[in-house]
Amino acid sequence: MSVFDPTETGLAARSEGQSWLERIPIAYWVVGLVLLIMPALAGDFMLFQIFGWTFILGLIALGLMFLGGYGGMVSLAQMSIAGVGGYMVAIFGVSAIDTISLGWPWYVAIPIALVIAMLFGTLTGWLAVRTEGIYTIMITLAIAAAFFYFARQNYVMFNGFSGFNGVLPPMLFGVDWRGPAAFYYLTLFWAALGYLVVLYISRAPFGLALQGVRDNPRRMSALGYNVTAHRVAAYTFASLLAAIGGILLTWQSAQISPGTAGIGPAIDILVIAVIGGMRHPVGPFIGAFIYVILKTYAIDALVTLGLSGERFQLLIGIAFLVIVFWSPDGIIGLWDRLRENRKRDPLTGRGGEGP
Amino acid sequence: MTDFARRHPVWAAVIAILAAILVWMIFALWPSWLVDLIGKKKVFLNALFNGITLGGLYFLVASGFTLIFGLMRNVNLAHGSLYLLGGYVGYEFAELTGYWLLAFPAAFIVVAVFGILLQLVVFRRMEGQDLRQTLVTIGISIIMADLMLWGWGGDFYNISAPSWLSGPLETILVTAQKRSGDLVYLKYPLVRVVIFLAAVAIGVAMWLLLNRTKIGMLIRAGVDDRDMLSATGARIQLVFLAVFAFGAGLAGIAGVVGGTFQSVAPGEDIRFLLASLVVVIVGGMGSIPGAALGALLIGLAEQFGSVYMPTYAVVLTFLIMVGVLAFRPQGLMGRS
Repeated sequence: MSVFDPTETGLAARSEGQSWLERIPIAYWVVGLVLLIMPALAGDFMLFQIFGWTFILGLIALGLMFLGGYGGMVSLAQMSIAGVGGYMVAIFGVSAIDTISLGWPWYVAIPIALVIAMLFGTLTGWLAVRTEGIYTIMITLAIAAAFFYFARQNYVMFNGFSGFNGVLPPMLFGVDWRGPAAFYYLTLFWAALGYLVVLYISRAPFGLALQGVRDNPRRMSALGYNVTAHRVAAYTFASLLAAIGGILLTWQSAQISPGTAGIGPAIDILVIAVIGGMRHPVGPFIGAFIYVILKTYAIDALVTLGLSGERFQLLIGIAFLVIVFWSPDGIIGLWDRLRENRKRDPLTGRGGEGP
Repeated sequence: MTDFARRHPVWAAVIAILAAILVWMIFALWPSWLVDLIGKKKVFLNALFNGITLGGLYFLVASGFTLIFGLMRNVNLAHGSLYLLGGYVGYEFAELTGYWLLAFPAAFIVVAVFGILLQLVVFRRMEGQDLRQTLVTIGISIIMADLMLWGWGGDFYNISAPSWLSGPLETILVTAQKRSGDLVYLKYPLVRVVIFLAAVAIGVAMWLLLNRTKIGMLIRAGVDDRDMLSATGARIQLVFLAVFAFGAGLAGIAGVVGGTFQSVAPGEDIRFLLASLVVVIVGGMGSIPGAALGALLIGLAEQFGSVYMPTYAVVLTFLIMVGVLAFRPQGLMGRS
């Protein structure tokens, strides 16, 4: 995945006189092509379970990366917002629990779900931005826990402990969107779109202002920017990504229950974003891929090593700790450092370019 | 307190009236209309006392959390794991020696030593990097939770109190009047009362330590301005170590208390981590009196919630938190 390069071969290195197509770095073509022909290479399980899940978790973690990397706010409520999105699709759309589900068509249910999830995310953000830095983690963790307990206790709307099952994607264009290849392309489309939009926003005035707010809120406020509004808007955007991810997640497993948006999954999203790296939007997808691979295959690996397969959490925890300890910028940070080292002149010790 | 009354006369009056109503509800014999309205007095009194004693337990957990946070700006999200570790250690010790009281110093020492190790090996290396420290504590709590699950399994352990503490305590509070005219008095588990009194004693001792001794002066100075304190030549690393050990040890003691009140089991770490988060958010970060007030409020809310609106008891505590955040983000006792 090292082919993505945020700084030099990326879009930043643009020269005048080229068309926009020529300005897309070659790495994007390669990765894009590989991802597009993946269904010809990989089996159904790989497509649906590994890649589909990677793209979904990556999309949810992408929102956290946007908040944390560009806004300096680490929120643990992303999974709850995704959960709200999934629940709303189940409540307004079709599910097996037809006493609660309203059974509205998808083109009504999905927009409503997205809007409600964004409202929830905005409200969370509005509460969270009243505090700063590490307080944000505590408050969003508490909000995530509150949502989990509420969904588990509430039987009128959220159907309590068991949640909803039989939540399926609509049969649009006569395609079964839960088929491996179709679901792969569906998740790939939204992940790629989310990735590109985040990349675009990071260079748009809003994204630049947000990074300014991250680096020095007082100066930005002195320059006339509304710091609070920028932060809350960042939460709103991040919750849109989470909501899309949450709906896809619900479709993938065809069900949603409080456990989907529990405290464990909420922390997992943070783990994914941190392992991948919060500096570039590709980080969450790398992190999600590692997480999904570990979660799927670690049990087998542990069993062959003679350990009980239940020790999966231990593995994840140690991986997380190692990354946080030695490379705060995640895998991307490791890659950057490796390249810096390679460029460095062995005699003078000076870097190839720049400070 | 007079200062508060002078500045907010209306609020002071409201609080005084509420307190008077509460006192009347505790001591008076309830008229029948009140019983019809909210049920038996016994239920009310039990919820009240359970809430207060639960608040004592929450205070034990949260005061260590808030002390560590106030001094080191380190949101120790592994605090729940320290609580759980204390519970398991206390259980093993009580089983091994047969003395319930021995479980407390054992849990305190073991968990405090563990806290010292954490501070020496982990947190000292990344001083001043708040976010990274917090992320590391998340990693530690994931690993500890799994290791403890490995070691002790998913069973529930109960630390049983000794026989001289296990009986009920006859209180002087009247719950009802029999037809014959005899008064029915409330009985309440003695162990809960004792543990609550111990929690109060620990709280008072902490307050005295912080406000009346030289070490306390150092800690308070560190809370206000860490850099300036170390510039004056105080050995701040030692203070950090001591506070971390003490806060962790308190969590360990709380684990034994929790194991006696309820049980020690996987998942309790998250529960008490969340409880202490909510308590310090409500009370005000880094403030010991705030932790006491917050713990009392949350304990009462949880118990009254589970009696009078059972479905949404847990949500009630979070509603309190959201309300405090919306109107007083620094917490009830916090300084902005």
